[in-house]
Amino acid sequence: MATSNKPIVWGPFAAGGTLTAFITPALILLTLLAALGQAPDLLAYERMHAFAGHWLAKVALAGVVFLSLWSAAHRLRITCYDLGVRADTAVATIVYAVALAATGASVLYLARI
Amino acid sequence: MGERQIELEVLRYNPETDSEPRFQRYSVACRDEWVVLDALNHVKETIDPTLSYRWSCHMAVCGSCGMMVNREPKLACKAFLRDYQGVIRVEPLAHFPIERDLVTVIDDFMDKLKRVRPYLIPKQEKPVSEGEYRQTPAQLKKFKQYSMCINCMLCYAACPEYGLIPKYIGPAAIALAHRYNQDSRDGGRDQRQQEIAATEGAWECSFVGACSEVCPEHVDPAGAIQQVKIKSTVDWYLEHLMPWVKK
Amino acid sequence: MGEEMSRKPYVRKFTSEWIFRHPRYLRYLAREFSCLFIGGWTLLMVWGLKRLAEGPAAWAAYLEFLKSPASIAFHVLALGFAAYHSVTWFNLTPKALPLQIGEESVPDAAISGAHFGAWAVLSLAVLYFAGAF
Repeated sequence: MATSNKPIVWGPFAAGGTLTAFITPALILLTLLAALGQAPDLLAYERMHAFAGHWLAKVALAGVVFLSLWSAAHRLRITCYDLGVRADTAVATIVYAVALAATGASVLYLARI
Repeated sequence: MGERQIELEVLRYNPETDSEPRFQRYSVACRDEWVVLDALNHVKETIDPTLSYRWSCHMAVCGSCGMMVNREPKLACKAFLRDYQGVIRVEPLAHFPIERDLVTVIDDFMDKLKRVRPYLIPKQEKPVSEGEYRQTPAQLKKFKQYSMCINCMLCYAACPEYGLIPKYIGPAAIALAHRYNQDSRDGGRDQRQQEIAATEGAWECSFVGACSEVCPEHVDPAGAIQQVKIKSTVDWYLEHLMPWVKK
Repeated sequence: MGEEMSRKPYVRKFTSEWIFRHPRYLRYLAREFSCLFIGGWTLLMVWGLKRLAEGPAAWAAYLEFLKSPASIAFHVLALGFAAYHSVTWFNLTPKALPLQIGEESVPDAAISGAHFGAWAVLSLAVLYFAGAF
């Protein structure tokens, strides 16, 4: 048997899992505060727009979006298989496609800011 | 120390007469300090001599007596009766075919063990006249933990991925491959990668971690598998993105 | 004796009952299900980027949308699951990345602890620079 090409999908999963472990809870807390009417300063339109307008922030945001969505997609694929869904190729195609599409969309939106 | 009346519910299967397994209840007087294996031996000696099961050392080093005790993979010689209340359900090790009663067919594991080449493959053959391979305590530490595997297969019974995907090489085989890869005397990693870095190797693992939790020797196969994944991933990206770098 | 024994191994059917064999399997599934919340929240943020690009009125509407009860409930769950992902991830890190210095292994608690410490510092920095406090 030859060595697998799984690293293509596992590498970004591991990177995304690590990234989301470090920053996602704090980020969710930010939008939770907004949801409770205590939006932090950064979420005011002018500041958010200025922040996301900077090219470095755009690259960072696109990267965070991609890694977060990819690791979630990969985990969802594994979980479906764990729960008995046999059609792994179909599930993988769907979840990775959604991750890539949403990343592409975020790049488009960031470009417009 | 006294006696206790123990109720055992044991999965029986006679391939010559049964179309499927069934449970049989035994009520047996046991001493407080006994383990499940003692109870089974007492059943076999005084109640039902037809009960079949594997065992040998009775001290958790041979790996023979693995079975499910209340749905958890355990060595029968290390499952103390005092830790259980009520009826104790004893079944053959999960995820293996049943040969007879508590005896499982372990051919799949033996085959996988062979495939990972669990022996030293020196980088260069060295004649005896050149002397022994020397190893520092630090070099020994790198692989010692993974050498403690007694091939009891509790990890295979605990692993849902092995239950789901019979082709999966499994925790013990990968941990043993890792043991040799980590040994400074060995040069066979490339050969073992063909098995453990294949799709049916480490990549079927989803890090449930049950294998390490049930391992009676604290080998931590889950850790070994993740280390294999990481090394294999680094290798893959180096090979594909920077092919001029020698490993 | 003298007759050959006939073998007829019995293969037990593998079903989803494994999930209930031990609490560790439920904890594993809870960890895996965190992906729905982390992924879902990220998609929500991608939607926010869209609204941000569409101008101040659209962004204001997005912030209002975030205040709905469904959104609040989702955020609370997402926060819990994301934190569970972090805790399980950092507790497993020493298994995947063991560190041996000389003849001794760096204790697992030290490796996890360093990650938890960095997590705390990073989170506070994010909250501070976002003006949350």
